[in-house]
Amino acid sequence: MSALTDVREVMRRDQVWSFLKDEQKQVDVSHEVILYVEGLNLSFDGFKALNDLNLYVNDGELRCLIGANGAGKTTLMDVVTGKTTPDSGSVYFGQSINLLQHDEADIAQLGIGRKFQKPTVFEALSVFDNLELSLKQQKSVLPMLFARLTPTEIDRIDEVLNVIGLKEQCFMQAGALSHGQKQWLEIGMLLVAEPRLLLIDEPVAGMTAQETERTAELLTSLAGERTVIVVEHDMEFVRSIARTVTVLHQGSVLAEGTMDQVQNNPDVIEVYLGEAP
Amino acid sequence: MNQLMRFSRLHGDSKVAPFVAILVVLTLLASMGNLLMPEDSAFYVSTYTITLLGKYLCYAMLALAVDVIWGYCGILSLGHGAFFALGGYAMGMYLMRQIGDRGVYGNPELPDFMVFLNWTELPWFWQGMDQFWFAMLMVLLVPGILAFIFGWLAFRSRVTGVYLSIMTQALTYALLLAFFRNEMGFGGNNGLTDFKDILGFDLQADTTRVTLFAITALLLAVILVVSHKILQSRMGKVIVAIRDGESRARFIGYRTERFKVWLFVYSALIAGIAGALYVPQVGIINPGEFSPLNSIEMVIWVAVGGRGTLIGAIVGALLVNFAKTKFTAIMPDGWLFALGALFVFVTLYLPQGLMGLYKKMMDKRRPDNSDSHGSDTEGKNAEPAVKGGNV
Ligand SMILES: Nc1ncnc2c1ncn2[C@@H]1O[C@H](COP(=O)(O)OP(=O)(O)OP(=O)(O)O)[C@@H](O)[C@H]1O
Ligand SMILES: [Mg+2]
Repeated sequence: MSALTDVREVMRRDQVWSFLKDEQKQVDVSHEVILYVEGLNLSFDGFKALNDLNLYVNDGELRCLIGANGAGKTTLMDVVTGKTTPDSGSVYFGQSINLLQHDEADIAQLGIGRKFQKPTVFEALSVFDNLELSLKQQKSVLPMLFARLTPTEIDRIDEVLNVIGLKEQCFMQAGALSHGQKQWLEIGMLLVAEPRLLLIDEPVAGMTAQETERTAELLTSLAGERTVIVVEHDMEFVRSIARTVTVLHQGSVLAEGTMDQVQNNPDVIEVYLGEAP
Repeated sequence: MNQLMRFSRLHGDSKVAPFVAILVVLTLLASMGNLLMPEDSAFYVSTYTITLLGKYLCYAMLALAVDVIWGYCGILSLGHGAFFALGGYAMGMYLMRQIGDRGVYGNPELPDFMVFLNWTELPWFWQGMDQFWFAMLMVLLVPGILAFIFGWLAFRSRVTGVYLSIMTQALTYALLLAFFRNEMGFGGNNGLTDFKDILGFDLQADTTRVTLFAITALLLAVILVVSHKILQSRMGKVIVAIRDGESRARFIGYRTERFKVWLFVYSALIAGIAGALYVPQVGIINPGEFSPLNSIEMVIWVAVGGRGTLIGAIVGALLVNFAKTKFTAIMPDGWLFALGALFVFVTLYLPQGLMGLYKKMMDKRRPDNSDSHGSDTEGKNAEPAVKGGNV
């Protein structure tokens, strides 16, 4: 059986010449689901960070992931973006793309963007340069060497600068931004790449109430066209944006549903929301 | 929008053009001072000085090679002497074969050391080295291919930081040991020397010396401009991005190891060219050039000048080597201590090197100008270099 698949894989004509390969493989979402995570297991030195985790996210959905510290939220994102290889399980992007066969760079090129828990921007580069590098483009060595800023690209960057409100700081070194501004810049770096799926880890940490509100607006407006998965501890924020909430606990899914359903779920009350009214 | 365009252009300005102009003018003056002035004139530049300057410029080119990878990409190579020496050996082999039957043993085919070892025919890797074009090809190919293989293995396995530095030291040390062996066919510990001429021109002639010096200066200028262009391009921004956050760069879709490999190869090519220019000017190449200590010295030149600035690397190499010449004349044994002290001083008090100091002074002079758009090229490269270089 697997021999047959191997043979098929070998016989594929489009794999012979690299120019026959689709640069950006189209994601097949004919069954509405864009991300399939099934039976994921991962242990660090015997500690099970992910434990038979199953998760399905629909195309265009805005999904919130919540869970106590160490529940495995960040680890799940690590697996989806190719940073960590799980012990077992499968992760599919659409019907056909097996993400476990791709590395970080490939996965990014496929259209999965990620914002880290700790904001990471390129500190020595200007805000503009950070966005320029994040643009959706041919990202191999030679094209990058000869790339010129096109008017379309400038427009795109300008648009994003407006959205993230860093127009004034455009030529400032990213390292000189405040914590909240870095968060925004990182979100901007995601937006400018026009990904299909965004994984956003704790976007509002370190933001003021006003900034938080703007982030909520932005994320809600993204959903529909793009699929967004947000990890956040700020319950107020989650309530303000969430349609479907998934609760992780000790590396597996404990409950899933609307915010109200989840909050009234006895398991959830016991392990997670128990102490809060 | 137009404003944005204008800004981004403005943003790319730098001091490379004036620096190149100064370099070219000084080279012309020194060359004319040697060739046109009578020996008793105050403007006369001795051939000894010309050769010394040529040697410094080769070191400057080497420092540039180190800065390209260390200053901009955070890859601290402690083995760049290897690429320099390989380029030098390729040139040395060509010069050796130009000696022809003028050697001590008068063998038209074999260099003296081979006759001495009772070899009867030229080893395969000496074939073709009597052709200048072929030798020059080897000057580029040998360091380039070695850098490619080394870089490909190291960067693909994601070796970084101290481990990578140690590997580069091991690389140059292994080559040092290999080239010391007579059986290798590179003249053992005496190396290659007693060169007579290059492309038919007598190596001892003033005109040849001046020409070699001028070619070195010219190539240094060209390489500086090209490197600057590369690092200003979008690829250059990726390089800096890799230095600041390699995994972040991967997550936005860059195959960082490929960028690193090609930059490493580019840097090795520059080092190889520097070595090839060095050998005809100093008249000898021996395994000592592979010594790990040499490679560490190069890093100090760059640190003194200021990493991540290109010009700083050149200035650092020139100044430190000038100091070395002066110092060793007075206290031959003290140089290593002086070098160590210099390194400690720069690390503690001048983390951004002389270029950083220069920039700070310029900023003070016009405080209104410097803060408004906070990041001209030097500033943006100099600041995080501290981080990029932490090993
Ligand atoms: N590389 C690693 N090596 C060992 N243990 C790890 C590693 N990465 C994560 N862990 C462990 O796996 C568990 C899950 O971590 P994870 O970062 O996914 O939690 P999280 O849900 O994101 O928590 P938080 O809300 O604090 O961000 C934690 O107990 C963590 O200590
Ligand atoms: Mg986390």
